Amino acid sequence: MKLVIIDYGAGNIKSIQFAFKRLGIDAVLSNNPKEISEADKVIFPGVGEASSAMEMLKSSGLDILIPTLKQPVLGICLGMQLLCNYTEEGNTKGIGIFNTTVKRFSDNVKVPQMGWNIIKNLKSDLFNGIKENEYMYLVHSYYAEHCEETIAATDYSLDYASALKHNNFYGVQFHPEKSSLAGEKILKNFIEL
Amino acid sequence: MLTKRIIPCLDIKNGRTVKGVNFVDLRDAGDPVELAKQYADLGADELVFLDISATIEGRATTLEMVLHVAEQVNIPFTVGGGISSIEDVDALLKCGADKVSINSSAVKRPELINELSNKFGSQCIVVAIDAKQIDGNWKVHLAGGSIPTDIDLFEWAKEVENRGAGEILFTSMNHDGTKNGFANLALAKLSDELNIPIIASGGAGNVQHFIDTFKEGKSDAALAASVFHFGEILIPELKKDLKKNNILVRL
Repeated sequence: MKLVIIDYGAGNIKSIQFAFKRLGIDAVLSNNPKEISEADKVIFPGVGEASSAMEMLKSSGLDILIPTLKQPVLGICLGMQLLCNYTEEGNTKGIGIFNTTVKRFSDNVKVPQMGWNIIKNLKSDLFNGIKENEYMYLVHSYYAEHCEETIAATDYSLDYASALKHNNFYGVQFHPEKSSLAGEKILKNFIEL
Repeated sequence: MLTKRIIPCLDIKNGRTVKGVNFVDLRDAGDPVELAKQYADLGADELVFLDISATIEGRATTLEMVLHVAEQVNIPFTVGGGISSIEDVDALLKCGADKVSINSSAVKRPELINELSNKFGSQCIVVAIDAKQIDGNWKVHLAGGSIPTDIDLFEWAKEVENRGAGEILFTSMNHDGTKNGFANLALAKLSDELNIPIIASGGAGNVQHFIDTFKEGKSDAALAASVFHFGEILIPELKKDLKKNNILVRL
């Protein structure tokens, strides 16, 4: 099993690598297209600002590579958002795997949403053994609108897609690597897909 | 809906956990990594490490500790203390810290908040504010609360938000170490005036204080140290009591 975490300079990938290490899996950090293409599983992480993250992807050609991947790919947080069609953050065109738009939370709630919230309406093997209304750790100011690809929902001033799936592509808004035992179970499920 | 967070704070000196009473008179309360793991298992929602020796000692020890915590702990954690540059933050995040907290360095050079939030994203930039109420006015204090300034707490908090901080950790110097409850009036005012999460710090002594700060203080999270470190409040019991009082918590 070869697991690659795409390393394109956006965010805290160490904690994802450590989370897999706790599961007994040595993940490779890479921005090498060949190494990413040949991996059994790919993690597409990301924190920070969308337009600059997208620029970093483009500068290494990863925006072209990612849609061609055939193995299971898991986008986490900003990684998930960049897999959508479009995000309001920095008026950024996404990679376009998930057919939805990413919008900013309205100011009738505190932004960013920071902390533990529940995921519900779970429908994917990614959530095997995860109970409805399980708590996950989230930190984000922008959310993905519901679409046909929604596989989990979360409520923060409105109901939004906290996980998405399209063919071999998965995306989670929450941080499974920081979501205690339930989060680790989701990472384990991804490995076993 | 989003739950309220319980955050044990581990003050770190020479790689060991200490807790100051009113920021002096230090007591040793154990190994940070073991303590962090224990707190994660007990249901703490997040952890804060404050390196109180960081300004005068090398940062190598802290970075090593951060790396060990990140390896072994499966909940988010923030590291603060002596952080004053992009390089400091970069090193901590690379070791696996989820967020960093800056304090005096932000007051001395407020542009630092913009620089950090632009580079690393607001979500990982916590600005800690120590303030003391003097003659009815809340004034920001520096260097662990020892140096008073003329800066108004609420004006500074607003500026901090505008400059891109993702969260504010507010410690009341009047309440810290007293175990008489959090500064709920000031906290509620911060929550009303700002639109980023506010962590309450200083004054936790019993369960009712947490209930009060979430209800009256409108806090998004509550931080405490000694009541947790010395087992005076047990986190699982605390969370059950919060739930009984209709406060949303992760159980």
